[in-house]
Amino acid sequence: MSFRSISHSAPFTHQASSVQKIMFTVLLALIPATAFNLYLFGWPAILLFSVTVGSCVIVEAGCLALAGRPVRATLGDYSAVLTGWLLAMSLPPWAPWWIGFLGAIFAIALAKHPFGGIGQNVFNPAMVARVALLISFPVAMTVWVMPHPLFSAGAPGFFDAIAITFGGQMPDAVSAASALGHVKTELTRGIPVSQSMVQAPDLMDMMMGYRAGSLGETSAILILAGGLFLMAKRIISWHIPLSVMGGVFLMGAIFHAVDPARFASGTFHLLSGATFLGAFFIATDYVTSPVSKKGQLIFGLGCGVLIWLIRTFAGYPEGVAFAVLLMNALVPIIDQYTRPRAFGRNRKGEPLPLGEEKP
Amino acid sequence: MKLFPIRGGIHPDYRKELSSEKVIVALPLPAALYIPLQQHIGVPSEVLVNVGDLVKKGQMIARSGGTLSAPQHAPTSGHIRSITDIPAPHPSGLAQTTIVLEPDGKDEWGELPAPIVDPFTADPHTINERVAASGIVGMGGAAFPSAIKLNLGTQKKLEILLLNGAECEPYLTCDDRVMREHADEVIDGARIMAHALGVHRVVVAIEQNKPQAIDAMTRAASAFSEVEVVGVPVQYPMGSERHLVQAITGRETPAKKLTADIGVLVHNVATARAVHHAVRFGRPLISRVVTVSGKAVREPNNIEVPIGARVADLIAFCGGFSVEPESLVNGGPMMGQPLPGLDVPVVKGMSGILALTAAEINQQPASSCIRCGVCVTICPCGLSPVDMAAFIRKDNFETAAKLGVMDCVSCGSCSWLCPSHIPLVHYFNYAKGMINAQDREQRKIEQTRMLAEAHALRVEKAAAEKAAFLAAKKAQAAAASAAKEKDGTPA
Ligand code: SF4
Ligand code: SF4
Repeated sequence: MSFRSISHSAPFTHQASSVQKIMFTVLLALIPATAFNLYLFGWPAILLFSVTVGSCVIVEAGCLALAGRPVRATLGDYSAVLTGWLLAMSLPPWAPWWIGFLGAIFAIALAKHPFGGIGQNVFNPAMVARVALLISFPVAMTVWVMPHPLFSAGAPGFFDAIAITFGGQMPDAVSAASALGHVKTELTRGIPVSQSMVQAPDLMDMMMGYRAGSLGETSAILILAGGLFLMAKRIISWHIPLSVMGGVFLMGAIFHAVDPARFASGTFHLLSGATFLGAFFIATDYVTSPVSKKGQLIFGLGCGVLIWLIRTFAGYPEGVAFAVLLMNALVPIIDQYTRPRAFGRNRKGEPLPLGEEKP
Repeated sequence: MKLFPIRGGIHPDYRKELSSEKVIVALPLPAALYIPLQQHIGVPSEVLVNVGDLVKKGQMIARSGGTLSAPQHAPTSGHIRSITDIPAPHPSGLAQTTIVLEPDGKDEWGELPAPIVDPFTADPHTINERVAASGIVGMGGAAFPSAIKLNLGTQKKLEILLLNGAECEPYLTCDDRVMREHADEVIDGARIMAHALGVHRVVVAIEQNKPQAIDAMTRAASAFSEVEVVGVPVQYPMGSERHLVQAITGRETPAKKLTADIGVLVHNVATARAVHHAVRFGRPLISRVVTVSGKAVREPNNIEVPIGARVADLIAFCGGFSVEPESLVNGGPMMGQPLPGLDVPVVKGMSGILALTAAEINQQPASSCIRCGVCVTICPCGLSPVDMAAFIRKDNFETAAKLGVMDCVSCGSCSWLCPSHIPLVHYFNYAKGMINAQDREQRKIEQTRMLAEAHALRVEKAAAEKAAFLAAKKAQAAAASAAKEKDGTPA
């Protein structure tokens, strides 16, 4: 009787988890919010979504082949699908196909593979792509549409959608401002937030998701459901989502209390734009966030505060992508300063003195 | 009793049900027993017998090789067939000197040292001597000579003897069975050890997944106010000495120190039972309970095995393999070592033999680290496995050491959890080996340098002496000639 014991070393048992399973679970968690928004924005959104995810997979395959790495095995980890999916969710729903395609190239070929592929990139690929697109194509990236639920009156049919997504024939009458954009533009026109907020969708609609916005970000409640599912599955912990949302909310609430005419409320910031999507699905990206829980709290809080700062003071109405990227850059430093204290040692790494009961 | 939390840890599939309800059975005497001279940490023992000798059960056949060593005894009566080199139960599979005993089937006891009638009034020294002479070593796996640990009572201020019945490794049930079936012996042994150590408090810690063992031990301890049986949370690696001490006392053993430095000495339950046998009956350590388990074994079991029986004998006793095992493990699946083959003997520190299928092991090919951070969250030693591994991969052992790789207890939790199936512990063991080797090398260089310096100093000194001698001689000669001159000079 033979066996191959020598080739192994302890431990001789392993949890049944894998990168593939984790990524797949995240995709599952995204389905409710995505399905709702695909319904809400109709065929053009479905086409753009498919183009974006498909392009990411194709670009990933190309990069792997170029790097001489196993294409099938690595594609099977779903990480490219997830990147594409998140990128699609952050695009204007009726954007032309080439936005999705270029985004895939930015995300996979520029933000991920030059660093060495999965696990090696410093910046969140989907957010790199979003920011690169926003800077390069500011117009195409800020065309928002009001909800046009599938099969409802006035919603584009499949062939209209092909014309919109692939033919660049954007119908004029449909564009709308996102709530964040609206408040910001009004403010520049001298209309105080307290007034412009009246025309923004009400908070209930914002929570449910019946509003204009990116392809996957509008329904706070469905994103929350997906996030809670991920927590229940122990794929993510509460640390990043809570600190991101806490940061945004606190900043919003404090400044709103100081000057309600100038600053939108904490709740508004929490429910608008990509706050929820960012908190649960983007800032929590393993590769580009700190590894320790303490580091994650700092990172999340940083993201939250930056989101509010950018939304409030920078030229762009939305700040999630920028905030996440800025914090991404700090991750190595955060990691270095938030390592846990080793057993039997103090924070400096020196052995604990004898005769002390507790460190 | 108030317990204290320990950091991190995991909840692996325990799979103890495979063998936990199997009553301990004795292994029928095999055709030959293979007793290695080194079954413990320290120096090997020295052979006392010759080929052809008839030995009796319990007779010492190899004596302790020094202070840090332990003697070996004949597990049964029979003839010494040979003294030869055979592969040891060590992953290297390197051969080591082994006494081969052919049982005569009579299982006849030789003359044993007299029982220590009232151990609790005996001099601690007497008990330590008996423990040393009985070849008792730590039976939880470390195989450290127990008498040396018992001597610590004279060197350190100890308060608690902590009996480790956590048995936190999956599959293993030998301690569980020993506690259920021989609770009185274990408690008695523990009390004897406490007396030898001069401590007045014994705590028996058992993971809560062994309620029957907790019951049996609590009952056995009920008559003794100094003994307390505590159920501890099921949280691997609760059985790690430092962590168990922390859970029970809240004290954190400083790095590079022993638990004894903070007043707690830890012994395994099976060791306590061996002490009971040695003190009360004069019987040396010649057998132990071994769990044979894993889904590749037809009938998993807990077996009382004479030291030196081959692993093959145990597997045969358990009905052989039901499927070809993927791995054969000495010890538990988390920290055990691969066995080099079926022909190696059972030694004193061997608590389990596992024949595992590929499905149980679930080792997947490693992929890139996705920085999920779970290894950081669960490391019971507060280390950052992901960072250490990254530096070790670049052969940067210095930084790995700064990050604490030498503090890693190799519990395997990080490897068990890693979704990318990176063999983290393997990395850390490799790094520890490299760092130790570098240290040795450094020490050697240091030593050579010191020797060279001493030599240079001697040479220098000799030269100086010679020069001084010559100078003195010259001076003498000069003085003499001067004197002569003077003499020659008419006054
Ligand atoms: S558990 Fe594995 S994948 Fe996760 S951070 Fe640690 S080494 Fe990387
Ligand atoms: S094996 Fe070492 S690094 Fe890994 S969890 Fe255990 S103590 Fe921590």
